[in-house]
Amino acid sequence: MTEYALILISTIWVNNFLLVKFLGLCPFMGVSRKLETAIGMGMATTFVLTLSAISSSLVNDWILLPLGLEYLRTIMFILVIAVVVQFTEMVVHKTSPLLYNLLGIFLPLITTNCAVLGVALLNVQEKHTFLESAFYGFGAAIGFSLVLVLFAGMRERIRVADVPAIFQGNSIALITAGIMSLAFLGFAGLVK
Amino acid sequence: MSVLIAVITLSSIAGLFGLVLGYSAIRFRVQGDPVADKIDAILPQTQCGQCSFAGCRPYAEAIAKGEADINRCPPGGTATMLALADLLGVEPKPLAEEHTGEPIKTVVYIDEQTCIGCTLCIQACPVDAILGAAKQMHTVIESECTGCNLCIPPCPVDCIHIMPVKVQPETWRWPLPEHPPGTAPRVSAL
Repeated sequence: MTEYALILISTIWVNNFLLVKFLGLCPFMGVSRKLETAIGMGMATTFVLTLSAISSSLVNDWILLPLGLEYLRTIMFILVIAVVVQFTEMVVHKTSPLLYNLLGIFLPLITTNCAVLGVALLNVQEKHTFLESAFYGFGAAIGFSLVLVLFAGMRERIRVADVPAIFQGNSIALITAGIMSLAFLGFAGLVK
Repeated sequence: MSVLIAVITLSSIAGLFGLVLGYSAIRFRVQGDPVADKIDAILPQTQCGQCSFAGCRPYAEAIAKGEADINRCPPGGTATMLALADLLGVEPKPLAEEHTGEPIKTVVYIDEQTCIGCTLCIQACPVDAILGAAKQMHTVIESECTGCNLCIPPCPVDCIHIMPVKVQPETWRWPLPEHPPGTAPRVSAL
């Protein structure tokens, strides 16, 4: 049980995918302008990341390894991720058309979110079991959503702040992201 | 041989995924534009055209596409605008300029001396509040008239005039609440 808790803590804070591993920065900058959108994007990504971590671990253990096709791993995982994203898009379109409109192009773009493929490949690299893979994917997604929502909250406040002219727009957002990343590096001190 | 296994595995898995997606495409099919439906349900359905669209449904579709503002519906007033802002998650805005101010409720009446009985105003009326037949004098049922003024432009002899409704004890109603039900009014802190 402890190891699962450790995986969660590690992926959410210590090895946060966005701020420490720098994976998935495209939606981090793209959909963090509004808090509601960021929450929706966080939920969609959580769903996709967990499901794709589980299914790519299954595909790896039950199909690729027995057949000796490890070299097909990347293309197979991309296939799995694309299917999961497509499925998520249909579900979101059906259940919440407003969220579907708000997320726009960023919903199909979860396919190319490198955090998703990164989780699947890191699972294999670190020889995680099925359950560990699921927790790793879920923790990574929670960490991603947490940072995305925090960042969106800050950006909403920054928009009304008196920012010097040269820092306005994306530059202040990038600087904020850098400072957040520094702050998250502090969690590395948890591990001794 | 190993290449053959790889090709067969990859294509069978791709085929399987295709089947799953095909099934869920049928299972989660979306009919029409659900956002426009929801907006249309909020609009008052007077089809008066004061928003510059042909009716409530086209206006709802234009809002759903983001082509029209939410503040162009005078019959719905502030309550409709607030409900739309709530539904779409956008900032509420005051009604468009030509619709500001407390609207004086008006009806039209037909100057029966001048009316030639052309029926053009009957066809224009969205609520069937004008009675009459060809070559017969027309008249307006005052209690049905919504004051949309759509019958005025078609009249060839300009015999339709706007008249403010006088408030009488039997026509007086309680004023509508400023906020639609479910949205608490904002109380400013002392």
